[in-house]
Amino acid sequence: MNLDDILSEAQRDFAAAASLPILDQVKARFLGKSGAITEQMKGLGGLPPEERKAAGARINQVKDQVEALLRARRDAIQAEELARQLAAESLDVTLPGRGEGMGGLHPVTRTLARIEHLFASIGFSVADGPEVESDFYNFTALNIPENHPARAMHDTFYLKDGHLLRTHTSPVQVRFMENNPPPIRIIAPGRVYRCDSDVTHTPMFHQVEGLWVDESVSFADLKGVLADFMGRFFERNNLPVRFRPSFFPFTEPSAEMDIGCVICNGAGCRVCSHTGWLEVLGCGMVHPNVFGHVGIDGERYQGFAFGLGVERLAMLRYGVDDLRLFFENDLRFLRQFA
Amino acid sequence: MQFSEHWLNSLVSHGLASDRLGHLLTMAGLEVEALEPAAPAFTQVVVAEILSAERHPNADRLQVCQVQAGEGAPLTVVCGAPNARAGLRTACALVGASLPGIAIKQAKVRGVESFGMLCSAKELGIDENAAGIMELPGDAPVGASLRDYLALDDQRITLKLTPNRGDCLSVLGIAREVAALTGAPLVEPDCTSVPSALPDTYPVTLEAETACPRYCGRVIRGINPAAFTPEWMVRRLERSGLRPIHPVVDVTNYVLLELGQPMHGFDLAKLAGPVRARLAKPGEALDLLNGQRIELVAGNLVIADDSGPLALAGIMGGTASSVSPATTDIFLEAAHFTPDAVAGRARSHGLSTDSSHRFERGVDPELPARAMERATRLILDICGGQCGPVVNVGPGAQARPPVGFRPDRARRVIGFDLEDGAMATILVRLGMGVQVSVDGFSVTVPSHRFDITREVDLIEEVARVHGYDAIPAKVLGGGQVMLPAGEGVRTLMDLKNLLVARGYQENITYSFISEELDGDFRAGGESLPLLNPIASQMGVMRGSLLGGLVQALRHNLNHGQERMRTFEAGRAFLSAEANGQPRRMAALAYGLNRPEQWGEEKRHADFFDLRADLDALLYPRQVRYQADTHPALHPGQCARVTVEDVAAGWIGTLHPRLTQKYGFQRAPVLFEVDLDVLLARAAPRYQGMPRFPAVRRDLAVVVDAALPLGDIDAVLAAGKPALVSEITCFDVYQGQGIEAGKKSLAFKMLLQHTEKTLTDSEIEGAKAQVLELLTKRCNATLRG
Repeated sequence: MNLDDILSEAQRDFAAAASLPILDQVKARFLGKSGAITEQMKGLGGLPPEERKAAGARINQVKDQVEALLRARRDAIQAEELARQLAAESLDVTLPGRGEGMGGLHPVTRTLARIEHLFASIGFSVADGPEVESDFYNFTALNIPENHPARAMHDTFYLKDGHLLRTHTSPVQVRFMENNPPPIRIIAPGRVYRCDSDVTHTPMFHQVEGLWVDESVSFADLKGVLADFMGRFFERNNLPVRFRPSFFPFTEPSAEMDIGCVICNGAGCRVCSHTGWLEVLGCGMVHPNVFGHVGIDGERYQGFAFGLGVERLAMLRYGVDDLRLFFENDLRFLRQFA
Repeated sequence: MQFSEHWLNSLVSHGLASDRLGHLLTMAGLEVEALEPAAPAFTQVVVAEILSAERHPNADRLQVCQVQAGEGAPLTVVCGAPNARAGLRTACALVGASLPGIAIKQAKVRGVESFGMLCSAKELGIDENAAGIMELPGDAPVGASLRDYLALDDQRITLKLTPNRGDCLSVLGIAREVAALTGAPLVEPDCTSVPSALPDTYPVTLEAETACPRYCGRVIRGINPAAFTPEWMVRRLERSGLRPIHPVVDVTNYVLLELGQPMHGFDLAKLAGPVRARLAKPGEALDLLNGQRIELVAGNLVIADDSGPLALAGIMGGTASSVSPATTDIFLEAAHFTPDAVAGRARSHGLSTDSSHRFERGVDPELPARAMERATRLILDICGGQCGPVVNVGPGAQARPPVGFRPDRARRVIGFDLEDGAMATILVRLGMGVQVSVDGFSVTVPSHRFDITREVDLIEEVARVHGYDAIPAKVLGGGQVMLPAGEGVRTLMDLKNLLVARGYQENITYSFISEELDGDFRAGGESLPLLNPIASQMGVMRGSLLGGLVQALRHNLNHGQERMRTFEAGRAFLSAEANGQPRRMAALAYGLNRPEQWGEEKRHADFFDLRADLDALLYPRQVRYQADTHPALHPGQCARVTVEDVAAGWIGTLHPRLTQKYGFQRAPVLFEVDLDVLLARAAPRYQGMPRFPAVRRDLAVVVDAALPLGDIDAVLAAGKPALVSEITCFDVYQGQGIEAGKKSLAFKMLLQHTEKTLTDSEIEGAKAQVLELLTKRCNATLRG
């Protein structure tokens, strides 16, 4: 076999080798110990010395060419095999992922978290208190004596032993001030209870109480903080707010805070009873009698308190139109607040 | 408090349009709840007289009327009302008039041309229940606009008053506010003394002077039983929500609305012996004007005579002594009862009256004498008769000392810079007397502002009249202090988010549940029943959160859900004390352990799935699970959870009895753990890096099947050689190759020395020590 034949035969046989092991066997026929190229090399010794160099160079040249063919074929086979493997391993990437899905927070929790977060950013920490309360903390210490008409505003649940279910989160104010000297900056979220159940009332709901007491916290601070809060909560710049004089036994001066209706932007709708305003919270300057009950010097310290209804804010924020849904725990409702 | 705007305007001419007036009142703290026109809009309706009424030639039920409706010639108007008759003065809508829902045009009615329409009060929107065309008094001016004649351009204003503003439960009280807010002058009703024409008086004795410090009484004789209440008074009463009853009653109601003083008229002929204000005696009863008979109880203040109680003082009169259509002589009462004497009493008898509403909130103690004169004048004007002198008994209200007011203090509390003089002006406009004192003002408060007793009350008044809108809103300045961020606690939100990430949906269920549900799930503490539950299924405070989750599970299964993972955080109620209401976190898993999907074997969630979630909540704290029993949980699948020696809660499968009772196809798994335990965690502490590699050896032993792994872990934790840094069970096997009643446990051991690389003999020695420990303490044998 001459060198040209070797080259063309190698080219043909390499191309016919379908896998790496076969290619290795084919390779041995050309480059192995008794392969065609090797045999050519051995034949050099029989040539006259003056021809050996040229013949040697010629053989080497063919050898390089055969090796190059081999490499190319090897690369090609590897590429084919990889392509086959990849094709075999391909997935339906549109199938869903395995494992557990996500749960979700209750919309009231979501709303509370938002409120806590906003107040935490101006230094309010969270306080807590019992829900089964005494008459003293729920009423008396808040300047609501027995038979006061203000008690009629609270439809109170009583336990058979004389305790009651707190009608507001304000008792936490008292408990906190009893145990902590000013300056005080807290909010107290939690469940409250009123003996009332219809389309717009559930016998249990959530409030957030807020209290800021220091030497010069004024009604102007109250207005600033609460207006800021409402604007941030609803993510509205220039949300209209107004404060109307009102009455709570435990604050004086007292106010109701209204915001411009976030549903109709003040144009008038069913939600705001066509007034353009929504009543969102009650607030005021802590009454001197409340300071008196907890032993804080009301001449030196002053401050404001507020209480807001969480479900109401949640309804306005998320567009929920039925309060009772919050406590049915129907997954079809809860899943909408993921 | 409902009243007519015209009435208010007669006392203070403020010149404001109705909506501006409403806004003014609302922003001054007298919230306008409703502002409704007395009549809907209509035009060109006049007073007209029917000159003649003849049967329509083509219709039995119609009449053809000649109507004088102004100065021109009479109009022909076809009318279907049976009460249309000659001589009647009525309302006529002229051609071109617009009525609610109708425009009046000239039209042929069954062949007769009609030039207008005679109107009923219903058609004009004045009275929904009216039948027939309006019947106006015979002196109604023909041709006059009906709106003007009946003063229909009036508004019914309803205020939602706060309990401290009892002084505004009268038209005069509101007029005072408007005068103070606008500076418009106030015209007070005529309360000057009416000279007595009779010497007659009726004796009055006060036996409860604290409760009733003032009682004015007066005899009026010879009133005309046929007298009727004039149109203007009826109109004001009706627009204030009251129906006319009897001229004397109407006058007392009128004075109540106008001045705020509740009054009462007795039929003089029905009184026996002196009138007494006294406390009720045991066993006394009273038939009230509303037909109700009440048993009087201790603490009830009554007006009585020799025959017994006549009236529940300040709340309602009795039938026996009430004025009737035949009454000619009356005894008129205007008294002051203190809030303490009235508060709660009406409600305790199921009553709420205009009178009790006012006395509970407070009435001007100086008002009775003036109200008596006002009422007397009105009765004499309307009913005729003659009055005797006023009997005025009682010590009256205690004199009130002036209230100190420091403008500096007001500026500090409110955060504005209103000047002293401006504050004084506001106080004076509210009827206060202001005198300069050492540190501010000394303020004399008028008797009608009985709610003002201390400086802060005056500060509120100044802020209110100045206007809350005019107070600056202060933006937070510097001086912020960072909140403490203790690393020893996690937040509740951290825990909730962890469960959410593990597929749990948060629930919020009622804190009160049925007694039965509470009984099924409560594991201790006392039952706390409500005295006045809204329904029996909300009758007791929950002793466990599990019941609510189970109820919500049932609700959702009934609504098509098949798989639930839920949790709730909240209080359980073990006692009424503050420390008897622990915060807890509970969770429930039901149905498949994973959402139904293509890539996983289907399997229902069990104890160990839920335990993994609880472990995740508690990680990295040392938790112990011990078999125990809980009333709601399967006795063989229930563990008490202990965290670093603190009892933390329970985990288990719902008891088969309850699974069946609540109608579940399979048992949910549940846990309930103290939140305070879950929230606690230590800040981490670096222990150094191991300098030599750890070596792993496995060890399989056979032990009694009933021996809990927890017991073995405890033995190992206490007795393992120091070289063994970690030893955990990774396989449990029972079945072929293992003797019945036994189980095989495979442990993975990690061995480590802090100072050097371990030798084979050290490793084997440690392994042998562990085996010996298990053999001796746990009766284990090496698995062959």
